[in-house]
Amino acid sequence: MAEFLQFAFSGLTVGAIYALVALGFALIYNASHVINFAQGEFVTIGGMATVALMTGGGLPLLLAIPAAVMITALVGLALEKFAVEPAIGRPGGASVVTIIIITIGASIFIRGVVQVTLGKDFHRLPAFSGEAPIDILGARLQPQSLWVLGVTLLVVAALWWFFGRTRFGKAMLATSHNRLAAQLVGIDTRLVLLASFGLSAALGGLAGILTAPITLTKYDIGIMLGLKGFAAAILGGLGSGPGAIVGGIALGLAEALAAGYISSAYKDAVAFIIILVVLFVRPSGLLGGRSTERV
Amino acid sequence: MRRLLDARTGGLLALALIIALLPLILPNKFYYDVAIKTALNALVCVGLNLLIGYAGQISLGHAGFFALGGYASAVLTARYQWNGFAAMAVGMAGVGLLAFIVARPILRLRGHYLAMATLGLGIIIAIVLNREIPITGGPDGMTVPALRLGEWRLIGTTTWYWISGGVLLIAVWLALNLIDSGVGRALRALHGSEVAAETVGIDTTRYKVLIFVISAVFASLAGSLFAHAERFITPTEAGFMRSIEFVTMVVLGGMASTYGAVVGAAILTVLPQLLTKLHDYEHLAFGAVLILVMIFMPKGLVPTLQNRLRHLVGGQPR
Amino acid sequence: MSVLTVENLSKGFGGVQAVAELSFSITEKRIHSIIGPNGAGKTTLFNLITGIYTPSSGRISLLGDDITGLPTAARAARGIQRTFQNLQIFFNMTALENVMVGRHLSLRPRLLPSLLRLPASARADRETEAQAADLMAYVGLGKWLDADADAMPYGALKRLEIARALAARPRLLLLDEPAAGLNAVETAEIDELIKRIAAGGTTVVLVEHDMKLVMGVSDHILVLDYGRKLADGTAAEVRANPDVIRAYLGAGAA
Repeated sequence: MAEFLQFAFSGLTVGAIYALVALGFALIYNASHVINFAQGEFVTIGGMATVALMTGGGLPLLLAIPAAVMITALVGLALEKFAVEPAIGRPGGASVVTIIIITIGASIFIRGVVQVTLGKDFHRLPAFSGEAPIDILGARLQPQSLWVLGVTLLVVAALWWFFGRTRFGKAMLATSHNRLAAQLVGIDTRLVLLASFGLSAALGGLAGILTAPITLTKYDIGIMLGLKGFAAAILGGLGSGPGAIVGGIALGLAEALAAGYISSAYKDAVAFIIILVVLFVRPSGLLGGRSTERV
Repeated sequence: MRRLLDARTGGLLALALIIALLPLILPNKFYYDVAIKTALNALVCVGLNLLIGYAGQISLGHAGFFALGGYASAVLTARYQWNGFAAMAVGMAGVGLLAFIVARPILRLRGHYLAMATLGLGIIIAIVLNREIPITGGPDGMTVPALRLGEWRLIGTTTWYWISGGVLLIAVWLALNLIDSGVGRALRALHGSEVAAETVGIDTTRYKVLIFVISAVFASLAGSLFAHAERFITPTEAGFMRSIEFVTMVVLGGMASTYGAVVGAAILTVLPQLLTKLHDYEHLAFGAVLILVMIFMPKGLVPTLQNRLRHLVGGQPR
Repeated sequence: MSVLTVENLSKGFGGVQAVAELSFSITEKRIHSIIGPNGAGKTTLFNLITGIYTPSSGRISLLGDDITGLPTAARAARGIQRTFQNLQIFFNMTALENVMVGRHLSLRPRLLPSLLRLPASARADRETEAQAADLMAYVGLGKWLDADADAMPYGALKRLEIARALAARPRLLLLDEPAAGLNAVETAEIDELIKRIAAGGTTVVLVEHDMKLVMGVSDHILVLDYGRKLADGTAAEVRANPDVIRAYLGAGAA
């Protein structure tokens, strides 16, 4: 039991991070049908920027965190403004593959910038509130895990409020359902797209900050996190917010349990094996709707 | 048709000429090696372009097939003393079979779901190659025996330059033939409109599976040749970034253009060699180049330049 | 003899019945029209006949064989071809290649001969090309042979779809609004083309809004309203039917 709990704690923690990244994918996908392969790099920026602001800039953690989230959000806005919009704003738009290559180019570019400015080493962020583990039924829970889960819950609640209660949130939701109709009722869909990049970058950055004390951070940690977040978003059904959260938690738990009970060597493969099986059986993900093509 | 035929023979002749004359300006072994890598990457891309450019199906996992071919050659010749050509053939058959088995469920998927599935497949292959250390040597990779043709050991960069150049030429010829046949038209049709393709009687699933398998076999062959040419292989060859590199070569050179695939492979194999002069700024510059080309030449280099040329000459389209 | 028989066919999308309990049959070598107001289920019916949609219930048979469960490509192999209301052209090919794709079922291309461009395969390809060129001339697209499909005007693309469908030598040809968006001269040409196709022995089913065209060419008209059969018969019979006048012509004319 203690062992199972231990795996579950670590699975939930990692799963919450995947969920945040997956939410970022879903946000951008809903606004533009773009899959942003630079999503993982937002995670890198969040963690690395916090480290840099604290060690280089001498900022306390409490100031470094919001500053790093802001920086990540700005990078997201810049990505949309200077790389994505010029491509999809062209008459006739751009193909899925073109956009995929652009965001991949952006991810390589961002990794390059981080590597040049902050180096190739692992960096460590102090845990937010100490490292003395809490004993629960024989399993040890790191206080940082509570931070991860707590902040994720807060973010989900905030997003729920934003999309359900605010005017702009509703506008974003409307755009995701029908872009043309949203334009016709006067919604600035370009602003929506821009905002979705900013918002999902902020989410990614936050995920990177939360996880940095546990997993350490490095210029290229974003690659795997981004891919697994994508897998989580697909698992839950691309574009579905609740799906992204469920998908992220499910992948995190499955990964931790498989690593614990089956083989830790294949831990990284678990997410992709699950996603392949799910896609084979149910091509639109767990919570995704089925779509019929119109002719 | 007459003109198309001429364009085909003309292009093939030009490619053959370039391959034949390039050694005149290649100063040393290092450049030969870059040329070999270019040809083998181009071999993968010619196959991948049939899938992405012509049939319109994306794959973010082709490095997996490339590496499986390479490791089939490496493991079978090094650990089981197989004949290199037999190992190569078994690798191609095995990869073809794997592609065939996964193709049906995978190719039912569209767009981003297909991207995810192929990406997942490639990553799983990479992880297996990394972890099965007793067989593959793990992350450190393994050395590969020389390919033998009877008593003749095929070694040295000049030999491999001619082998990879020759194989590429044949591959381009096969691809051009295929595209300009009923099979090729069926592939392009399902890209243009899947519904219309079904309506005229094309079993689109069958064709998608077919081209997925063919492109995987091309990649496997290239991987086997790569393993023997370099005499060394590591699981990096199966990695996600390697898959991305292949797709990028196809898209950068120009989708639905066989010569575009070759040009894209050449540029993206040579460019990083030039960019190493930038040291730490290499990745940064590479990413920036990708973004800029895709923004300003979304159709890729070769089709864009062809169009410009056509406008300059003022001739008829095609 | 009946080419196509539809029995109790229904198709719902969510709560909407696009086609409801529809039965009719199409006799050979004649021109049939299906008319009805927008949303009457005409295109849905074509999608059901060609297997793009699966019906909620009912049966479709072609020349006596049940084809209800067959995929689209298999129905094409049995002789059904169609055009589309919103063009489904292969814009990544030339006009001629579009029509050559229509010969797919008889060409039956094989992989190895194609890869190696064996003489037999190259010859079959040249024949296909010549046949496609003839068909383009037949529908009046002779001067567009080498054009890229994406460089052609709308009216020409409409005919290109017809040529592509004819290339398969269909028993049954379904035309979905072939005259939509065309001017009077072009419509008259389509009118003449449809008659020529029918005279050549192909059964034509037409969905069309242009009443002049429909009344002029049709041997038989089926009127749909909200997915149900409202009336059928010859042009004169349909025109005289009070239900039709009320539901269809009346709404706009009154």
